[in-house]
Amino acid sequence: MVLVERARGTRRVFAVDRRAAALGAAPGQTLAEVQARIAPLAVLAADREADAAFLTWLAGRCERFTPLVALAPPDGLMLDITGCAHLFHGEAGLRAALHGRLGLSLRDSIAGTPDAARALARFGPSHLEAPRFGPAEDVAALPVAALEAEPATTRALLRAGLKTIGDLAARPAGALTARFGAGPARRLARILGWEDTRIVPHRLPDGCTVERHFPEPLVQAQAVEAVLAELITALTTLLAQRGAGGRGFEASLFRSDGKLRRILVETGRPSRDAGAILRLFALRIAALNEPIDAGFGIETVRLATTHTETLAPLQPELDGGSGEGTEVAELIDRLVARLGRDRVLRFAARDSHIPERAARVVPAQLPSALAARAWTAPPGPPARPLRLFDPPEPIETLAEVPDGTPLRFRWRRALHEVARAEGPERIAPEWWRTAGEATRDYYRLEDREGRRFWVFRDGLHGVDGAAPCWFLHGLFA
Amino acid sequence: MPYPPPLPVPLPAKALPFRQRLAALARPAAPVRQGAITFGLAELDGWLGGGLLRGALHEVFAAGQADVAAATGFAALLALRAARQRRILWVRQDFLDGPTGQLHPPGLAALGLNPALVVLVRAGDVMGVLRAAGEAARCGGLGAVLVEPWGEAPQIDHTAGRRLSLAAAESGVPVLMLRVAATPTASVAASRWSVEALPSRPLPANAPGPPAFTASLLRHRGGAAGATWHLEWDHDRHCFQSYDAAPLPRAVVPVPAGRAAGPAPAGSWRRAG
Repeated sequence: MVLVERARGTRRVFAVDRRAAALGAAPGQTLAEVQARIAPLAVLAADREADAAFLTWLAGRCERFTPLVALAPPDGLMLDITGCAHLFHGEAGLRAALHGRLGLSLRDSIAGTPDAARALARFGPSHLEAPRFGPAEDVAALPVAALEAEPATTRALLRAGLKTIGDLAARPAGALTARFGAGPARRLARILGWEDTRIVPHRLPDGCTVERHFPEPLVQAQAVEAVLAELITALTTLLAQRGAGGRGFEASLFRSDGKLRRILVETGRPSRDAGAILRLFALRIAALNEPIDAGFGIETVRLATTHTETLAPLQPELDGGSGEGTEVAELIDRLVARLGRDRVLRFAARDSHIPERAARVVPAQLPSALAARAWTAPPGPPARPLRLFDPPEPIETLAEVPDGTPLRFRWRRALHEVARAEGPERIAPEWWRTAGEATRDYYRLEDREGRRFWVFRDGLHGVDGAAPCWFLHGLFA
Repeated sequence: MPYPPPLPVPLPAKALPFRQRLAALARPAAPVRQGAITFGLAELDGWLGGGLLRGALHEVFAAGQADVAAATGFAALLALRAARQRRILWVRQDFLDGPTGQLHPPGLAALGLNPALVVLVRAGDVMGVLRAAGEAARCGGLGAVLVEPWGEAPQIDHTAGRRLSLAAAESGVPVLMLRVAATPTASVAASRWSVEALPSRPLPANAPGPPAFTASLLRHRGGAAGATWHLEWDHDRHCFQSYDAAPLPRAVVPVPAGRAAGPAPAGSWRRAG
């Protein structure tokens, strides 16, 4: 079987399976070439997005081995197993667990630096058998292609008679830099372990994590909440010891068939109140679109903070209450857990005279410093309406003179006779926006029944020829 | 439709006689009348016996389809007077944005209500609105809860009203139910208002003046109802003031030019889209 993708007008082989490889197919050949050589050939289109999604999913599954998992696209994962191997009875045990758990055919290696591990896994000898764990002679025997430099660089090195990493290592680094730039030289140093780097994990672990493994998988989804209650107590104790509070808590449920479910709750201010956090989780679980499915059983439940902040211990007030601000913040957290973050909102002022851009809504959990602009209102009767239509609604108007105050107007099929009026208040478009916005003349109108409206004329008379349109933008109390 | 359990009621053991258990479930009939919500207008507050009950449910109906803004303003100003600089939670149904417009914070600021105090909760349907309101009404730290569902919702029945009333009585937070496109019906609310726009006091050059309302008290628990006031909002003193007419003993509908006398119909709202 081969996977193909279209490149420069021809279909080229993107990946081959083991049997096709044995018959001489290799990535990069054209499909016609391979089909000429191998008669019964299964051809499928390559899907890079699905590959990337699978890799991300695999990274999640590898988190049970180490919290530090980095993606090495397009087809690799980098695990920092420092301090983790002894949990699996050594590196060999970890490898065996990895192979057994993932059930995929892998090319893997363990080495002192990320780059050496990558080079050994991709270019080492006899990939599919257990490599020895990256001693210097193994690295030295790697081909120069392991530098993963430009093809021209690799060719030039081969032409110069330098076939292995060991050959390069024997020469002064200065010569390599002078000929090919700093890139290959730095890569060489990293592969050889002269220079060490850290990986950038796919998901950065926060300080506090607690987890529980079950020898017998948990098959009842109802039991999850009980387990969470235990873990939350443990986590809050940990947080209290550090003088910290969590702003986000994430529960990861690892199922024995490899599925991973994450449940996230967030709070508006740092918290380590076990009861409150458990209530948020209960609300969140009750509001899930897709209920928790234990499937073949849940093996591991992990609870981690996604974001922590310093939280000084608070002295409870004398009457036993905890203050109005706290109560409201907890209410907001509960509503967010139930309805979602984008449904519990706060108003923030914006620096614009265009009415529909003068305000926006932000999630209420965000710290209020982000909405520090104060609201101002001139004294006198309200100059801005209480209710605003977005988009404005078209109306038909009648006025004495073309650019005068309307005498009557028709909105939603009802005719309104104007009794009082004020205006115009001219609001010019923001010149830095390119869209064709017109100058608006706003009027405050009151009809004979006492309803107050905010209408505007979109554009000026005698500028474009056609008469400008009128719109109703808002209603006053 | 599942509804969250209202309040954890500590049930005594089953061995107790039924009557006794029933007594444990019952609530105090008349909650403490402390810190009533006043209008700042002596005659009106006097008529109400000192003001509106704080920990209770109050309903504000828009008299006609064009009176939505007036009813919103009246409810918002009542919440402003009730909240005393504490946070106000405003629960709205998503559908409202189309027919009645969005809430415009500069407009709130222009009335004197600081938009920074308002927490806006959006709910998809009436049940969502009621659930969020029930949750909020139990939070004693709030200044007021404003509930704004859309239309004639059959879900807002006696049970829902009683639930909100009990939660409000327990926490002492006023719950104001703003009903647009709905006709007033019997409910458990402590007071029910119908609000209509009123021609304002003209400013120089015949400009529209400060917000003015015709507020009819349709129901008042433990007091006389059926009166109508003409109110104007005083922005400087943050209170209502009488405008144009003294408190009238009976329901009186102003007869403006070009409109028939009699209560304005609720309007024919049609849910489209």
